[in-house]
Amino acid sequence: MNMQTYQQPDVHGYYGRFGGAYIPEMLHPNVEELQSRYLEIMQEPSFQLEFRDLLRDYVGRPTPLYFAKRLSAAHGTNIYLKREDLCHTGAHKINNTIGQILLAQKLGKNRIIAETGAGQHGVATATVCALKGVECIVYMGEKDIERQAPNVARMRMLGAKVVPATSGSKTLKDATNEAIRDWINNPSDTHYIIGSVVGPHPYPDMVARFQSVISEETRWQLKEKTGSELPTHVIACVGGGSNAAGAFYHFLDELTVQLVAVEAAGHGVNSGLSAATTALGKPGVLHGSKSLVMQTEDGQVVEPHSISAGLDYPGIGPLHANLFDSGRGHFLAVTDEDALRAAFDVARTEGIIPALETAHAFSALSQLSLKPTDQVVICLSGRGDKDLATYMKQMEMTGI
Amino acid sequence: MSRIQSLFQKKHKRVLNVYCTAGYPELNSTLPVMESLEANGADLIELGMPYSDPLADGPVIQHSSAIALENGMTISRLFEQLDGFRDRITVPVILMGYMNPVLQYGFERFCADAASVGVDGLILPDLPEYEFESEYGAIIRKYGLDFIFLVTPETAENRVKKLDGLSTGFLYAVSSSSTTGSNKQMTSVKDYLQRLESYQLTNPVLVGFGIKDRESFDAACAHANGAIIGTAYIKALEGTSDVGSVTKAFLSTII
Repeated sequence: MNMQTYQQPDVHGYYGRFGGAYIPEMLHPNVEELQSRYLEIMQEPSFQLEFRDLLRDYVGRPTPLYFAKRLSAAHGTNIYLKREDLCHTGAHKINNTIGQILLAQKLGKNRIIAETGAGQHGVATATVCALKGVECIVYMGEKDIERQAPNVARMRMLGAKVVPATSGSKTLKDATNEAIRDWINNPSDTHYIIGSVVGPHPYPDMVARFQSVISEETRWQLKEKTGSELPTHVIACVGGGSNAAGAFYHFLDELTVQLVAVEAAGHGVNSGLSAATTALGKPGVLHGSKSLVMQTEDGQVVEPHSISAGLDYPGIGPLHANLFDSGRGHFLAVTDEDALRAAFDVARTEGIIPALETAHAFSALSQLSLKPTDQVVICLSGRGDKDLATYMKQMEMTGI
Repeated sequence: MSRIQSLFQKKHKRVLNVYCTAGYPELNSTLPVMESLEANGADLIELGMPYSDPLADGPVIQHSSAIALENGMTISRLFEQLDGFRDRITVPVILMGYMNPVLQYGFERFCADAASVGVDGLILPDLPEYEFESEYGAIIRKYGLDFIFLVTPETAENRVKKLDGLSTGFLYAVSSSSTTGSNKQMTSVKDYLQRLESYQLTNPVLVGFGIKDRESFDAACAHANGAIIGTAYIKALEGTSDVGSVTKAFLSTII
């Protein structure tokens, strides 16, 4: 396989056999407009200038690459944390929403819709809409609205309208369906800011490019610290896969770098309550692209389970499906229980409370055989404030 | 000549296509619903295969799909129900559904089974023309099935013509940019349909989305070969155990 094919899809949006744009005709004008214009707009000097300025002065980039000394000692290796949790709004999601709001403005769209699971993407979208004075509607599963109350409050304070998705499993998948239906019904004035590397072409590529700033910075930061741009491992959690796409992006073609994608096993991969898509999914079409999808024998999409709302998704971006298919990516799954344990471990070893999603990436450390000479980068995709209720419940239950 | 093409040879105006969800309101309603549609004047039947994530559908058809799935409807079961249906039903039947369940069933196996029970055509709204041309169209044609593309008021002229060229049977003109069952006004539908007429398309045109009563049916038929009713009929069927009377009463308000 040609090295470039890991990073970019072909002209029809395919990464290997995954991707494409499986959309009803009602979405065709919007998706075609994006397909034909996103690269040109993203390369305009005026776009690049404003994007870079906002990432620096508003988001707070570059985010630090922090050598986690005590965690490294505990695992007998060298661990660097890419601190996306220090981005404005507390997660990497804003890298993409800054890019897409600028793109939406270039396209003349004045109404923004988004889906959200944990609420991080919803908050990041509400934030950039407030920044630009644009109307914002966020679709969120009814179940997620209950379990992520602080983020719902943040979105409302930022002026966004939060609309509950009440169909299906009432989580991220259904919020995405509702957002797509909204877009079908409002084709001319609305841009849909998808929060992950999913959806019809060009979304997976566009979101990966906006998030690629993570690995772009990691390369020079690691060189400053170690003399080498290339780590031995990059570890990131994967729901749809946006932080992993960003953390992997500039290492995808560096075949010496092991890319470790960590999915949510829920109660266990084979428990029936899991969100480990590469382990359980089969090729299918969900939300406009062909990828791996968790589904029944009859092709009905199943309701996944993860303690982490951001990983509670029955699909995975086509870029990642191709990494899995080709063997380029190393896919692991971490249970709810192990993720919780890792969150407390990181909090007490490094003084950092990670998001539950990110805690899955940390837990993968104990599944890898790491050497004292290895240089491991973990994408610390988000901070854990939004998960405090879950963490408090865990402390009450276990007394830790 | 396909059964759909023969229909349009005999009837050019006010062709009525009615959508129903397989396995709704009850698992075994599929055939009784189809029989009563034919008995009460439907010229064509669009049979929806329920899916967990029907993106192009509004709440009413979503709900009917969820009920049908709870009832245990699957593609395999649907083909069992349809086995021998041509002894009882003569109007053309089109299967409508989404790509994922069809891919899971096996695309070619699906086309083969559909053709062998006597289905005439397919509508798969999330099968785009690139994939149709590069992969799936040849399989659909191999089994002699018609394939119907959708166009909307937003579809550009050259694209309408392209999709018309790829379609056989008829072309599905979506009346407004919406999901099914929306309450968008059909005010501009006349201009849109007249524009389609001026393109001199090769296929007949049926108008769907927002057709719910005689007034909207008449408006659609004024500048097209007919129309498709879905949501309004599904609403009428909700909770009924007497599919025959409901269908008779419903269709008498349309034609």
